[in-house]
Amino acid sequence: MNLFCAGLSHHTANVETRERYAGGPTEAKLLSTGIWKEALVLSTCNRVEIYGASDRPVATEEIMAAFAQTDAQISDADLFYRYDAEACARHLFRVVAGLDSMVIGETEILGQVKKAYEAARGSGGAGPLLHRLFQRAFRVAKQVRSSTDITRGAVSVGSVAVELAGKIFGELRDCRVLILGAGETSERTARALSSRGVTDLRVSNRSLERAENLATLVQGRAVPFQDWIRECREVDILISSTSAEEPLVTREILEPMLHGRADRPLFIIDIAVPRDVAPEVNEMEGVYLYDIDSLQSIADQSIAMRRQQTAAAEKIIAEHVADFGARFGGGAGSSPSLNPRPLASES
Amino acid sequence: MDRQLILLSTLCYAVAVVHTLATLRDGVFRPRRFNFIAIVLGFVFQSAFLYLRGHAIGRCPITNLFEVFIFLGWSVALIYLAVGPAYRLSLMGAFTAPLVLLIQGFALLAPVDIPHRSRVAVNSWLEFHASISMMAYGAFALSCVAGVMYLVQERQLKTHQLHSIFYHLPPLTNLFAAITRLLWFGFALYTAGLVSGFFTGEPLPRVKMVCAIAVWIFYGTILQVRHLGHLAPKRIATLCILAFGAAVTVLWAINFVSERTS
Repeated sequence: MNLFCAGLSHHTANVETRERYAGGPTEAKLLSTGIWKEALVLSTCNRVEIYGASDRPVATEEIMAAFAQTDAQISDADLFYRYDAEACARHLFRVVAGLDSMVIGETEILGQVKKAYEAARGSGGAGPLLHRLFQRAFRVAKQVRSSTDITRGAVSVGSVAVELAGKIFGELRDCRVLILGAGETSERTARALSSRGVTDLRVSNRSLERAENLATLVQGRAVPFQDWIRECREVDILISSTSAEEPLVTREILEPMLHGRADRPLFIIDIAVPRDVAPEVNEMEGVYLYDIDSLQSIADQSIAMRRQQTAAAEKIIAEHVADFGARFGGGAGSSPSLNPRPLASES
Repeated sequence: MDRQLILLSTLCYAVAVVHTLATLRDGVFRPRRFNFIAIVLGFVFQSAFLYLRGHAIGRCPITNLFEVFIFLGWSVALIYLAVGPAYRLSLMGAFTAPLVLLIQGFALLAPVDIPHRSRVAVNSWLEFHASISMMAYGAFALSCVAGVMYLVQERQLKTHQLHSIFYHLPPLTNLFAAITRLLWFGFALYTAGLVSGFFTGEPLPRVKMVCAIAVWIFYGTILQVRHLGHLAPKRIATLCILAFGAAVTVLWAINFVSERTS
């Protein structure tokens, strides 16, 4: 039995091209040709791939025909790649482990692959060989996630803020959040916090109308700007993004607010430029201040840490590929090609 | 023979510490089952030692400074095993192992395993008093460990320098809750130990009593300021570390003095 995969991804094609192929090939269509014994289509926003097994080697033209819905699409052939045997297994293992993703270590892809596998099982596309391949892939993904830090750390400003809030408060459900300024970034951060269970959101802005608009969007309540200091006494998280020229939140303003709340930390996210919060506020006990640069720097640290972890993840994958090849050598094909082969050069 | 069990136990804790240091050096820190197993093994050897020594001397094995420190290490491990997983503070093992290693290392290296000469009759109140006090020390030791974890996490959040360990340490509020519970637990045990001391029917050495009450007041004050919310959690965490350091010093001094006077 020959095992192979072919497709295109964000590495080789832009989103317009990927869109054209999304929803193109179906397992039923592939199986109906009689060439494919097993077939699985993986279609996400970043890739369109077909995994297949056949009794005889499948020519590139036959694979291309499965993708192409129009003759014009044949011209995209050089955007496609093809992997056979162990290289196919290695590619899938890298995909599920998040190594082939746009953001290294992202975990959404695993759910998408699982969904595609379930669909292929339902349609009869996934037979014994693909079943073993995908089951092994899920094991690899689990091992990579548990043995390395590849998925650790948030990689966007909003998610870094949410992660830090989680590391300060644990459960965010009971946290009270005050948004100062109705900017786009504060809206995104508020939404991210809301998705983690925060329900008490208050919005204050110089224009009460804008505050009310944002409060409606994030299911919070608007607070008149002159009352923000009073509201600040009660909150756990303060998100500030006003266009003020001078710092709004200073040590002098915060000090009286912090009286009587020694055991309740205050997390301040300052995403305004120029900054709304005086930097020395971070020196106050129980106050954790992060500005846009420090959040971005943590996101960059996380990306760097994930990159560092790729070597360890690749090692795990290499072990599994070798083991998979040894166990299913006959079934997985006997001509491993460890490098991608552009489909165009095959013909 | 029983000292060899403590050697083995100390080796287990040393392996856990070396393993932690090695993973820290690699830049990736994660609580693994390896550490937990090493601590369980260390605890088993400690238990075996206490059982054999208890049989040999016919009483609770806290008759000299060596036994006292082993009993203390055993209490720390016992409370960690009972409390650590319950509060999802699995990383606590990485911090507990060095502490037990330090306690047992000192017990093994110092010439303090001197058999008690006077063979007085077993006093169950006295044994209860001593063992419950040791257990309280175990809880205080873990509050100290949680305090260290709190300070490590707090420092990273303040300086914006997040290392691999940051992602494995529990949130600040959870750590503070654990510190508070361990302090209350230790304080309750210590109070029981202190009160039972008055029922032993034996004369109470003045130094011992003053020191024990001083430790009780120290911990009571920490709990009181924590309850009133007068001090920031960072200060409470620091106080837990200082209090445990002071309590162990007092424990050593009490036993040193009583061994000299007996």
